[in-house]
Amino acid sequence: MTSPTISVPATTESASGSPLLSIRNVAKNFGHNVVLRDISLDIAPGEFLSILGESGSGKTTLLRIIAGFETASSGELWMAGARIDHQPPYRRPVNTVFQNYALFPHLSVEENVGYGLRVARRPAAEIVQRVSEALDKVKMTAHAKKKPSKISGGQQQRVALARALVNRPQLLLLDEPLSALDANLRRQMQLELKSLQREVGIAFVFVTHDQEEAMVMSDRIALLRSGELEQVATPREIYSRPATAYVAQFLGQTNLLKGEVRSGLARCGALSWPVSLRDGPAIFSLRPEHLRLEGAEDLPFAVQIRGRVIHQAFHGPTESIRVQCGDGLVLLMRAPSGHVPNGEVSLEFSPADAIPVRESPERI
Amino acid sequence: MFSRTYRMLVTVPPLAWVAVFLLVPYGLMFCYSFWSVSSLQTIVHSWNLKNYQELLQKPVYWETLLRSMWIAVRVMLFSLFLGYPLAYFLSFHAGKRKDLLYQMVIIPLWVSYLVRAYAWKTILGSDGVLNALLERIHLTHHPVEFLLYSPFAVVLTLTHIYTPFTFLPIYAALEHIPRNLIEASHDLGANSAQTFWKIIFPLSIPGVLAGATFAFVLSLGDFLAPLLLGGPSGIMISNVVVSLFGAAYNWPLGAAIAFCMLLLVVSLLFLSERLEKKWSFS
Amino acid sequence: MNGSEASVPRSPWLLTYAAAVFAFLYLPIVVLIVYSFNGEGVGGFPPHDLTLGWYRILFGDGAIWESVFNSLEVATAAIVISLAFGVPAALALDRANFPGKALFRRLVLLPLILPGIITGLSLLMLFDLTSLKLSLLTITLGHGTALISVATTEVFAGLQKLDRSQEEASLDLGANYWQTFWRVTVPNLKLPIIGAALLIFTLSMDEIAVSFFLIGRDNTLPLEIWGRLRRGITPEINAISAVIFVFSLIAILFWYRLRTGSEQDLSLSQELVATAVE
Repeated sequence: MTSPTISVPATTESASGSPLLSIRNVAKNFGHNVVLRDISLDIAPGEFLSILGESGSGKTTLLRIIAGFETASSGELWMAGARIDHQPPYRRPVNTVFQNYALFPHLSVEENVGYGLRVARRPAAEIVQRVSEALDKVKMTAHAKKKPSKISGGQQQRVALARALVNRPQLLLLDEPLSALDANLRRQMQLELKSLQREVGIAFVFVTHDQEEAMVMSDRIALLRSGELEQVATPREIYSRPATAYVAQFLGQTNLLKGEVRSGLARCGALSWPVSLRDGPAIFSLRPEHLRLEGAEDLPFAVQIRGRVIHQAFHGPTESIRVQCGDGLVLLMRAPSGHVPNGEVSLEFSPADAIPVRESPERI
Repeated sequence: MFSRTYRMLVTVPPLAWVAVFLLVPYGLMFCYSFWSVSSLQTIVHSWNLKNYQELLQKPVYWETLLRSMWIAVRVMLFSLFLGYPLAYFLSFHAGKRKDLLYQMVIIPLWVSYLVRAYAWKTILGSDGVLNALLERIHLTHHPVEFLLYSPFAVVLTLTHIYTPFTFLPIYAALEHIPRNLIEASHDLGANSAQTFWKIIFPLSIPGVLAGATFAFVLSLGDFLAPLLLGGPSGIMISNVVVSLFGAAYNWPLGAAIAFCMLLLVVSLLFLSERLEKKWSFS
Repeated sequence: MNGSEASVPRSPWLLTYAAAVFAFLYLPIVVLIVYSFNGEGVGGFPPHDLTLGWYRILFGDGAIWESVFNSLEVATAAIVISLAFGVPAALALDRANFPGKALFRRLVLLPLILPGIITGLSLLMLFDLTSLKLSLLTITLGHGTALISVATTEVFAGLQKLDRSQEEASLDLGANYWQTFWRVTVPNLKLPIIGAALLIFTLSMDEIAVSFFLIGRDNTLPLEIWGRLRRGITPEINAISAVIFVFSLIAILFWYRLRTGSEQDLSLSQELVATAVE
C-alpha cells in the first residue's frame, strides 16, 4: 500500500463468504455519452455500502441498474447464484427507497406500505400484520390512515423505508434518501437509518453525494468518479489511506504535495523526507490535522517548515489556519481552537502521515 | 402591491361586460321560461309555470332529451375508448415521436367543425365513398341506406369531433404522473398490468372525468350534426329548441328547455369538478 | 424517462390500436381533400377524372368571397373585444379581490364549455329585448363575449408564470403603474396574448353555433357553407374545406414556430382544456 502505483483494492476483500450481490464489469452509455465503465463490485450480506460521488458520477445510474430501471450496456449482475440483469424490476429480490420517496399520492400511508404485499397476493391477515409491524418499526403507526401529502418530509421518508422493508428484500437500495431533509433532521435520520439497518440485518446500498454522511453510516464506501470506481474501502481506510489525489480531496480536506522521489528521498520544494518508494514523480496527501506547530508535541523525525499565517477560520472545536510557506506553497492546518498563532510560525509533520497517492487524471 | 385604482381599472370593465352579455342574457332566458305566447304571436310577460308543466306532461320532450343523452353517453364512451389508449400510448410508449404524434392529434381539432361533419356525410351517403367502395368490392349491390341520416351517423361524427377533446385532458393527466411512481410500483413487485390498474389509472381519473364531461356536454347540446346527418330518428333536444325559436315561434317554451339544459350542464360541471378534486392529489 | 421505457414493454396491440385511432381521425380529412379534386364531384370510388374545376368554381363564387370577408371582419373585431376585456379580466383574477370573484371566473369561462346554442339563444333574447337589429354586429358581440374566456385563460396562465418581482422592480425604479403595465407586464405576456389572438381568430372563423342565432342579412363563411350543405351536397364545399384545412395548418405551424424557443411546453389547446375544466 505504500507504492504510488497501488491498484484499486480487490472488490471481494471485505466480503466474508459468498457475496450477496455481485456486479461484474458493468458499463453503461446513453448514446455516445459514457456514464459507467467497467464497474465490478461485490456486496456482502448484511453490509452497509455507500456509493459516494459527485452529481454526474454515475452513482444513481448504477443504483438504477441494480434495481432494474436501466439496462446495463454490458456486464452482469449476479445475486445468490442467479443472474438477475435480465429480470424485470418486479422479479428482483431488491427494493428501493427513492430520492423523493415516490409515495403513491392516492393511497394512504398503510396502503402504500402494503402495496408490495398486495400485488404479491399475500393473505389479508398477513398483510395487516406485517404492515402494522413495519409502521411500528418506523414509528408511523399514528399516521397510518393519512395520505402522503398530509405528512412531513421526514415522515414520508419513514413511510418509504417501511414500504420497502415490509417486503423483506435481501438488498435495499437507497437513492439519496436524506437529501430532501434539513440538516438537523438529516443527522437524526442518519443514526436511525443506521440502527434500523443493524436491526433488520438487510444489506443496504446507499447512494449519496455527502462524504460525511457516507463516513458516518457505511461499513464500506465505494467512491465513483466520472463513471469509474476510484476506491472501495472502509471509511477509516479510505480516509487515512486514500488511493488517489481525488479521493484524498473528496473525503475531507487535505494538502496535496507534488514532487518526486529520488533514491529513497521524497522532495517537494524545500521539503524532503525519507520514503521507501520507487523513483519518479509522486504526490503526497497530508491531512491538515497532521500538521502541528513546532514543539506542540514530540514528533520523532519530523519534517519542519517555516511560514507566515495568512488566514484563520474558527470552526468551534478546531481552527483552520492557512500558512504561506514560500515557493507558492500554502498549507492548511487544523489545530484545537484557543491557541491562535500569528505572524511567523514553524510547522512540522511526521513523514508517516504524508500518504502517497496516485494522480487523478482528468476524465471526459 | 397593486393600487386600488389599478385593481378597479382591471376589474370593473370586464365585470360590466360579462354582466351585460352573459349574466343578464342567462337571467333573461330564465325569465322567458315563465312567460308565454299569445294567439297573436306576441310574448306575454305574465309569470306562470305553464312551460315547465308542458315539458313534464308531453313525452316527446322527455323522449328527445333521453335520446340526446343516450347519444351523448355513447359519444362520451367511444371518445374515451378511443382517446384513453391513444393518450396512454403517446405518454408511455411513443418515445421520441411523442411530440410529433401529440401535434397530430391536435391538428384535427383545428379543422372546422362543419367541414368534419360534412366529410362524414360524403363518406356515409347512399352515393358516398363508403357505399361506392362496398359495391366496387362486391360486398353489397345496393347502397346501404342506414349509414347516413341515423343516430349512428350522429354518434360517429360527434365521436370523431370530440375524441381529441377527450384525449387532451387524459394525456395531460398521464403526463403529470411522476415516472418514479411507476418505477416504485415495479420495484415493489407489481407487473405492468398491476401497475396500470393500481397506479396509472387511478391517477389519471381527473383527466378521464374532464374528457368525459367535455364529450358529453358538448355533444348533448349539438344541433348541427343531427340536422346534417341525423335524419328524423337522429333529432336531438337542441333541434327541438331551434325549431321552437324558429318556425314554431314559441320562445318561452324553447327558453324553458334551454334553461333546463343549462341547469343540467352546470350541475354536471359542478359534479365533475367535485369528483376531480376528490381524485387529484398534489 | 429512460427508466420507464426500459421497464414498460412495448405492446404491438397498443401500437395497432393507436394507429387505428389515428386513421379514424384522419380518414374524413383525407377523403375531403382527395375528393376536392374528383371530377365527378362527391362520391364514387375510387376518385377519377382529377380536376381543379371545383377550385375554379369556388374562386369565381361571389357569395363565398363576401362571406369570407364578413368572417374576417367579425374575427378581427372579436379579437379586439376579447383582448380588451379578457386581459384585464385575467389581471383582475390574478391580483384583485372582489366579492363574487369565484362566480365571475366561472361565468367568464362558461361559454367555453357550454353548448353554443345556450349562449347564442340567451344573447338573441337580449338583442331582441333591446331591439338591436341582428347583423354582423350582433355576431361580433356574441363572438367577442364567448371568446373572452380564451383571452382570459391564456393570459392568466401567462401571469401565473410571470415573476411578480419584475413588476415590483419596475415600480421600485420609479415607473408608475401605467408605465409598468406597458413596459414590463405586457412584454412579458406577449406570447400568451398573440396565442390568444390566434386562437380567437381561428375559433371565430369557424364558429357556427352562436352565430346561427345571431345572423342578420350577411352571412359569415361557416353559415354560408351551412346554407349550401342544407341545400344538398355541393362539391365546391370540398374545395373550400380543403382550403380552410390548409389555412388552419398554416395557423398551427405559425403558432408552433412562435412557441418554440419559449420554455412553455404545454400546447395552447391543452391549456385551454385544462383551464376550462378546472
